[in-house]
Amino acid sequence: MDILFWLIPVSIALGGLGLLAFVWTMRHRQYSDPEGDAARILLPDWDDRPRP
Amino acid sequence: MTTVFSPGLSACAACGVAPLALATALPPARLMLSLPHIHCAACIGQIEAGLRAVPGVRSARVNLTQRRASIDALDGTEAASLVAALAAIGHEAHELDPGALSATETDRQGHALLMRLAVAGFGMMNIMILSVAVWSGAGEAARGLFHWISAAIALPTVAFAGQPFFRNAVASLRAGRLGMDVPISLAILLACGVSLSETLQGGQYAWFDAAVSLTFFLLAGRYLDHRTRAAARSAAAVLSALEVPRALRLGPDGTQEVAVATLMPADLVLVRPGGRMPVDGVVTHGTSEVDRAILTGESLPVIVRPGSVVSAGETNLTGPLTLRVTHAGADTSLHRMADLVAVAEASRTRYTALADRAARIYAPAVHGLAFGAFAVWLGLTGDGRVAINIAVAVLIITCPCALGLAVPAVVTSASGRLFRMGLLIKDATALERLAEADVVVFDKTGTLTLGLPQMVGLQGHDPAVMAVAAALAEGSSHPLAQALATACRAAGVQAAAVTGLAEVPGSGITGCWQGQQVRLGRADWVGAAPCDLTATHLHIGTDAPVTFVFTDRSRPEAAEAVAGLRALGLTVMLMSGDSSGPVNALADRLGIADRTANLRPAEKAARIAALAAAGHRVLMVGDGLNDTVALATAHVSIAPASGLDAARAASDIVLLGTSLAPIPDAVRIARVATRRMWQNFAISVVYNLVAVPFALLGLATPLLAAIAMSASSVTVSLNAMRMR
Repeated sequence: MDILFWLIPVSIALGGLGLLAFVWTMRHRQYSDPEGDAARILLPDWDDRPRP
Repeated sequence: MTTVFSPGLSACAACGVAPLALATALPPARLMLSLPHIHCAACIGQIEAGLRAVPGVRSARVNLTQRRASIDALDGTEAASLVAALAAIGHEAHELDPGALSATETDRQGHALLMRLAVAGFGMMNIMILSVAVWSGAGEAARGLFHWISAAIALPTVAFAGQPFFRNAVASLRAGRLGMDVPISLAILLACGVSLSETLQGGQYAWFDAAVSLTFFLLAGRYLDHRTRAAARSAAAVLSALEVPRALRLGPDGTQEVAVATLMPADLVLVRPGGRMPVDGVVTHGTSEVDRAILTGESLPVIVRPGSVVSAGETNLTGPLTLRVTHAGADTSLHRMADLVAVAEASRTRYTALADRAARIYAPAVHGLAFGAFAVWLGLTGDGRVAINIAVAVLIITCPCALGLAVPAVVTSASGRLFRMGLLIKDATALERLAEADVVVFDKTGTLTLGLPQMVGLQGHDPAVMAVAAALAEGSSHPLAQALATACRAAGVQAAAVTGLAEVPGSGITGCWQGQQVRLGRADWVGAAPCDLTATHLHIGTDAPVTFVFTDRSRPEAAEAVAGLRALGLTVMLMSGDSSGPVNALADRLGIADRTANLRPAEKAARIAALAAAGHRVLMVGDGLNDTVALATAHVSIAPASGLDAARAASDIVLLGTSLAPIPDAVRIARVATRRMWQNFAISVVYNLVAVPFALLGLATPLLAAIAMSASSVTVSLNAMRMR
């Protein structure tokens, strides 16, 4: 059962990581234009090199 | 470009949350364009490239969800040049007034809710993992440890994520009401408190998972509700922002385009043919005809001369007019009418939303039940700890998880469907009220008709006469002449050779044909007998005048819409401010038996109030200023997007396209939606009826509460999603 003392902090830390990732996406306004983002992946503009 | 560097991503969740409101407030884009017809990736690429090619544009970003582009440009870049550049590559664009789009506040609220939802979700998942271990029979030491860890997660989570409920509960208690938020807050806080004391005493049951998942499910309902309202609000704001009000002011240094708000009484304003009067005023120069349909509903143009009084909102038809401003801005008759609307709207707030009616029964019942359980168990066992545990179990089991989702989930899915059909739901309770409607009252001009005249009975006229009429009509920009010319072209009439065409503003057009004077225009000008219908008259030499009759072209599918509404069991009526001739003609064509003409705005509202007093629920469909008071008086109202700003503001639902066909569908969907809401209430009541006896008998466990709560929330959401 000693493994629990490792697993519980690890699971909470992983959950916290997910939460932080969500905070990051929201701070970068990734939910302001869901339809546009879905369409933009089809644009051929930056197929050859990444956007500067 | 939205990639704004945000300094220092914080290392912990709480610090990341606090400055969030600040971080999302971007500097406002300088120019905004509305792009009503974009729909795909290709449009985005073309528009962004097209905008960037305009000199002075630093960056442009299209938002496909909101159908807008925000442009960051150097000072002095005109929106008109951007619109022209987009028109050149085949995209329709309109300038938006960025000041009218206060979306940032709504955005911030939405983000704050989403953030709370995410934190609650995180807390719920972690506590559930621990709870599953407890439920599956952890030893006493492990159970204590798990309860402590749960408490450490649950208490900050509830403190942060539960704030909207606590705040609303305090507000409604201050106002002396028991809203839905009071039982919610009580359940969450009591659950946390009791669980903490149980944990301290090493008790068997802790309800942390219930408190957090309750917060999560209810926040999900709140977020859906917020998103529906935000979408409607932003679309309505776009409609208002599209009307950037401008006027042509005549000053000492020539004509100048200025904002209507800067006009003062005694200014001189030029109104071109086809333009709308920006202010109330007196004509000082020019003769023309004005269309008062939007104010009075009458379809016949009215002649104006120097000295005539005109009101804001009327359309100038034939000649340029110079006005001396008498009232501008908030003093115009247009705005005075808006005050009437405010009065009428205040009387309508008496409608109580379905959810509030449910809460009114529910909140006292739940509190009574929980308190009763507490009192009975205290009397039976004399053990306060047992009694309070059972009371908390009752509160949690009955907590309105599903009730909180029951209405928002249905409204979200129904208004999404209606939006795709071209209907914008502006008010949260509009669907419920639309479902109750049993009488539909239509306005005529601009609502059932497009306000565009159409010639009737062309075949009945002498071809030689038609040839002359066609020649004269081609030379005029008056709407009746245009309609006559269009009809002649469609019938293949060859225009005769008429020379010396001259337009007499406000009267008609004159010319010379085979040595005789020919005139096309108003009855009194050509010497014809005036008639009740919309008509124009032709006079050739000394012959008797010929009369051409027009009808107003009805909107596409107007007849189908009327038939569809009748098939749904609604009574259809027509109330118009127009004269009885055109009203009867249209009513006969559409098959509406109950029609009334020559109604003044207040009379319309009075008739609707009388219908309401007789027990009817009236759906009013109208577009003009004369309908505005009626729209606000009616139980529920629809205005077409082409209508006046005031009419759209006074109505609950805006029809975005030209077709009236979506109206019967809207009524049908509203009825289905209301049925779904009732079903959802019934589902949550059934879950409660099953689970409450267990709680009252002291048999409820946190496991049972978790199952009942999640199952009822999921069932209710699924039921809401099957909107067809």
